[in-house]
Amino acid sequence: MAKMNLLQAINNALDIAMAKHDNVYSFGEDTGAFGGVFRATSGLTEKYGRHRNFNTPLVEQGILGFANGLASQGSYAVAEIQFGDYIFPAFDQIVNESAKFRYRSGNEFNVGGLTIRTPYGGGIAGGHYHSQSPEAYFAHTPGLKIVMPRNPYMAKGLLLSAIFDKNPVLFMEPKRLYRASVGEVPEEEYTLELGKADVVKEGKDITVLAWGAQVEMAEKAAEMAAEDGIDCEVIDLVSILPWDVETVAESVRKTGRLVITQEAPITGGFASEVAATIQDECFLYLESPIARVCGLDTPYPLSHEKEYFTDHLKVYEAIKASMTY
Amino acid sequence: MAKDKQHQLDIVTKPQFIDGSALKIPMLQILAEDGTIRKGAELPEMDKELALKIFDTMQFIRILDERMIAAQRQGRISFYLSSLGEEAASIGSAAALTDGDMIMGQYREQGALAFRGFTVEQFMNQLFSNERDLGKGRQMPVHYGCAELNFMTIASPLATQIPQATGYAYGQKMDKTGNCTICYFGEGAASEGDFHAALNMAAVYKVPAIFFCRNNGYAISTPSQGEQYAGDGIAPRGVAYGMKTIRVDGNDVFAVYQATQLARKLAVEENEPVLIEGMSYRMAGHSTSDDPTGYRTRDEEDAWRAKDPVVRFQKWLQAQGWISEDEAQKNYDEKKAAVLAALKSAETVPVPHIDEIIEDVYDTPPPHLKKQLEALKAHIRKYPEAYPKTASRIDGGDK
Repeated sequence: MAKMNLLQAINNALDIAMAKHDNVYSFGEDTGAFGGVFRATSGLTEKYGRHRNFNTPLVEQGILGFANGLASQGSYAVAEIQFGDYIFPAFDQIVNESAKFRYRSGNEFNVGGLTIRTPYGGGIAGGHYHSQSPEAYFAHTPGLKIVMPRNPYMAKGLLLSAIFDKNPVLFMEPKRLYRASVGEVPEEEYTLELGKADVVKEGKDITVLAWGAQVEMAEKAAEMAAEDGIDCEVIDLVSILPWDVETVAESVRKTGRLVITQEAPITGGFASEVAATIQDECFLYLESPIARVCGLDTPYPLSHEKEYFTDHLKVYEAIKASMTY
Repeated sequence: MAKDKQHQLDIVTKPQFIDGSALKIPMLQILAEDGTIRKGAELPEMDKELALKIFDTMQFIRILDERMIAAQRQGRISFYLSSLGEEAASIGSAAALTDGDMIMGQYREQGALAFRGFTVEQFMNQLFSNERDLGKGRQMPVHYGCAELNFMTIASPLATQIPQATGYAYGQKMDKTGNCTICYFGEGAASEGDFHAALNMAAVYKVPAIFFCRNNGYAISTPSQGEQYAGDGIAPRGVAYGMKTIRVDGNDVFAVYQATQLARKLAVEENEPVLIEGMSYRMAGHSTSDDPTGYRTRDEEDAWRAKDPVVRFQKWLQAQGWISEDEAQKNYDEKKAAVLAALKSAETVPVPHIDEIIEDVYDTPPPHLKKQLEALKAHIRKYPEAYPKTASRIDGGDK
């Protein structure tokens, strides 16, 4: 085991994947010898050469088009989009190409070797264009897998799974935690199952569901609630698409209550999808309405970031409201 | 030679590949690096008043950039982005326009904005995201905008403003405003699809637009030559789209000014869009989040320091007798004091009232946003210590 922060864990996963197969390529804006603006790809050019870890010109649609082509040829393409907020020029390549490559060709061709890495999320004074959590746009796209790790251990195991998964995977990294989240991580290769939620803390009174960086807020809120004698079960959804309905439903059948929290705006967010499915699965078990603690339906603001942010206090209030419904 | 009439093409009978380096576009330079006028060059018409206004703006921007980088290091603002080394490109080009012409910038054109008349207080209010910021404190520092000065608000996503400039200029043409739009972007942004769409559409529609590429050698860490592009920079792309194109020394304020002046004439009088590529160098990091020592050498930076656009222009002004070294220093000191005073003042102005959080999402806030605001305010009232910037005047405070 070694102590790693989230960036180091990602770097380590890339390193292992590139050592394992010669046809794993890593590329994006500034990701070459410089190692990316967050340094996630540090040292990879030195180790594997500039033909395997390299800079791209500044064109996101080109990065994803190139990555689709490379993956369709049979290689493993790990493409970085510098910020999740800048993924949209590549939306067409992801939504119409990556996601439909296998289906439209009747499995004559596929881009299973594609992984898209991108930092997402707020809390870093990034304003509209360095704070967004765009997972819901992509969750509406059959053919993609979407994964959002919460800590270094999860990040490494999930990224290794994502790279070698036989489907294109959008891997969204919580940039607020890149350096802040530190933990013990096995140095060797290991994988964590995609599509599987993780029960972070067991409890009997209420289920609190989050993913990515927001799990931290759920945990903090659960600690506050514990002081009021409320025993929360905290679940990290881990994978947005496909998502682990059974683990969440099983928990809600036990607790009878569910609070879902996401950073993104509430309308059309993934929390809404979870709420709809769980009320369907667990209708007769519910003691209170399923609550969503989400961003406002406004662009992500700068000077009002603290107010906008889905912090632990808002989650805590939702837990209390649900308990006293 | 035989002709293909449909496509107006000459016909050849042997395969001929045109080499990728066949078109080498030269660079206009009027003011040499030592501050003298190049032999054979013709000075653009620029009177003393304008020359000093340009120099004045250059000095101001240098001080602003230097002080705000320091302020970011001290934790007083969250982020800053310097234009060090590229002052001649943005200020020299803005000086060749009229106030009615639209400016669409990338994010390194504070010089153009200052030349238009954006005050030091306005700069500071934006940088501190306070309630006097025209953008209402919503965007990161340096994302300026001002309708009164015809300076479109900056967006972080790269190249999105380039096709918008084409559309804006089309409107100007249709309305017969007699104005043009200048659009700035870097050589990195010119890799984006939006750049190609913009130039093609501008050439097809013949709009009064000037596309000004600041080729400053780097897109964050990615060097232009060989990694951003393999060809002769950005300029040949203008030719390929059927557009008048010129390459200038971006550190030579006269070359920039003259080229932009002529481009404006072509744009406004003949509806000819123009591409200008200004060759320069980003002397500072990409932003305060960047450290260039990780990807370039001190020697390389020093070589460009010798081509400094402001020093070069000052030498010429002094040789003309239009300014003395003492006067330049005195102006510098005065401006520095003004920048410091404005900084201190802006820092104490509160952030916008929390009610502003739902404004401008639409022309008027729809019911669901009003409801979300009320819920948020109830929450802030419950935990005022957690939201100190807005809690103190959430009720009855001056909005």
